Amino acid sequence: MQPTSHDFKSNARTALADRQLQEALSGIPGGLVAQRRAARDRLPEFDDLRDYGRDLRNHALQHLDIYLERYEQAVTEAGGHVHWASTGGDACAAILRICQGAGAQLVTKGKSMVSEEIGLNANLEKAGLEVVETDLGEYILQIRHETPSHIIAPAIHLTQGQVEADFRREHSQLPKDRRLIDPAELVDEARQILREKFLNADVGITGANFLIAETGSSIIVTNEGNGDLTQSLAKVHIVITSVDKVVPTFNDAAALLRLLARSATGQEITSYTTFSTGPRRAGDPDGPEQYHVILLDNGRSELLGTEFREVLRCIRCGACMNHCPVYNAVGGHAYGWVYPGPIGAVLNPGMIGIKEAGNLPNASTFCGRCESVCPMHIPLPKLMRHWREREFLEGETPFVTRLALKSWATLARQPWAYHALSRLMSRAMKFASGRHGAFTWMPFASGWTGGRNFPAPQGKTFQELWAAREKQAARTGRTQ
Amino acid sequence: MKPTNSPAGARESILSKIRTSLGASENDDARTAAAEQRITAKPRAAAPLRVAETGTDLLARFKDELQRQLATVAEVATATEIPAAIAGYLHANNQPLRLRHGADAYLSSLDFSSVEGFETARGAAAPDDSAGLSAAFAGIAETGTMALASGPDNPVTLGYLPDTHIIIVPKTRIVATFEDAFELLRERPSANPMPRTLNLITGPSRTADIGGRIVIGAHGPRRLLAILAGDL
Repeated sequence: MQPTSHDFKSNARTALADRQLQEALSGIPGGLVAQRRAARDRLPEFDDLRDYGRDLRNHALQHLDIYLERYEQAVTEAGGHVHWASTGGDACAAILRICQGAGAQLVTKGKSMVSEEIGLNANLEKAGLEVVETDLGEYILQIRHETPSHIIAPAIHLTQGQVEADFRREHSQLPKDRRLIDPAELVDEARQILREKFLNADVGITGANFLIAETGSSIIVTNEGNGDLTQSLAKVHIVITSVDKVVPTFNDAAALLRLLARSATGQEITSYTTFSTGPRRAGDPDGPEQYHVILLDNGRSELLGTEFREVLRCIRCGACMNHCPVYNAVGGHAYGWVYPGPIGAVLNPGMIGIKEAGNLPNASTFCGRCESVCPMHIPLPKLMRHWREREFLEGETPFVTRLALKSWATLARQPWAYHALSRLMSRAMKFASGRHGAFTWMPFASGWTGGRNFPAPQGKTFQELWAAREKQAARTGRTQ
Repeated sequence: MKPTNSPAGARESILSKIRTSLGASENDDARTAAAEQRITAKPRAAAPLRVAETGTDLLARFKDELQRQLATVAEVATATEIPAAIAGYLHANNQPLRLRHGADAYLSSLDFSSVEGFETARGAAAPDDSAGLSAAFAGIAETGTMALASGPDNPVTLGYLPDTHIIIVPKTRIVATFEDAFELLRERPSANPMPRTLNLITGPSRTADIGGRIVIGAHGPRRLLAILAGDL
């Protein structure tokens, strides 16, 4: 996927003016927020569990090399194959080799953000394979030639009306006058069309929410059941996942599963949680004959050694974006690469570089909601600040911003000058605002005054008011 | 195929980058021991209060949680009641009296000929199957989840291709937590305790991908019946 993160500002402007997008965004993330809260209220020990989850992920990362080797050994013993891939290109090449080795023509796919990261579909299609996304949201995006705008609700930016139009255009073999008013009718239509794909697929590709070192199992967490059809009907099951997903034991996965769905959709657990270990066994009447796992690095092993290590604890629930005021305003596509929202603002610069994605850590008010809901306690604002520091150090911060920051820093280090200047400014602004007490236009602040008035200071600075207040309190003997 | 067919050195390169990032060396016995210790000890998070408090009625909790996930829950005392219970459910949902199940001994013992016109078949699911019948090896009270192990006894496709999925849950195997169910799995009499697929099922297939509204019956079953069996 060609990143457009460097264009965040203009992406955001376009998104804010997009009526359909704004309609789609108006209710759904807010609904997920309320559902998460309800689920948390039903599990009083939720916050203790978050601490437990954070500690166990830290332990897993601290021993990552050992758990990965242990995991690989267990997969191999169960008859599966592990393929290590340093880059997205290597991962795509490994998957293509497996598909070609199996003489595959049709590939079905469950939802996988790592596959988006490596641009898998385009790669397989270039080699002549038919690739079909089977998660309903992903299927809709595939026929629209779009990418996910949310990591667990990929089509959250679309309205029902848009999906209806897409189905009428894409499924032109069906009667033109068919009813497609209810979401259930749209779901049913996709179900019928994808059934045939499931049954004829040669290879099924899924992602993995977790990998278990103890048994060599990969886990997928779904509601639709598409991942299970994808992996149990094809001859070959390929898991595309990344090196950070491994946890030591089944019991560790259980602790994380208690947090995942509740944080994501507010469900106690999803309809389906599936553990896969190797290919079908002797005597099994169904299941894949081959089982392959692609372990992608793509910069994660390096992030592990930096101040960004904590981001690798992420279990991809999406709570940070559901709770983010910036995400809620502009949607996921504005972020310009695979991972949107606060998690994307921290991950993307690590994967595609500061030059491309340096804007994303700036797209935050540091309100801290993301960190407060993160089940893994990832200090997202702190990590975004680290990227801002790096951006500054690497000279990627725009000249005007640097100049402004530098001037402010110089001033702030000289309190007498700061006070004198703010006194002057405050009085000048009061004078200039006249009897309105507010500005309808200000130089360098048209972004603010374009939508609302800017209230003018009333002549005294905060320090002056504070000093007066202290004096008054001393006189009356009250501290209030 | 060899176990590792990655680009030359990818495995070593990734592992060595990880070690460098961690400031660790390759054969550090203390680190290996810490990891092995966790895999052997399998520590558990504290069990959710809803199932950990003394006197918790696990069966009631299991039923309640599963119903919240929009599954239908029935109870029978013995196997002889099951065919009629299933027939009643299929009838109520306008479904044909047809189902398929695996080689599981309990399921195989059910006498569907006691219901007139009931057709049954064995093996993996076929595209036109309307109902699949499986046996869970455990029910998990904390979330109303059923745990199924794939194999000849319970072909995995029976739970996903047919429109209706019916699961028999042994009343004696309702456990409190996920970890308890995994413990039962580890006790299975088999060389490798892990089946190819372990399915944790909690409700019918659903999606909210169109306009955020929940629709039941996305790709998998449109309806799910859990039958708690008293004699299993």
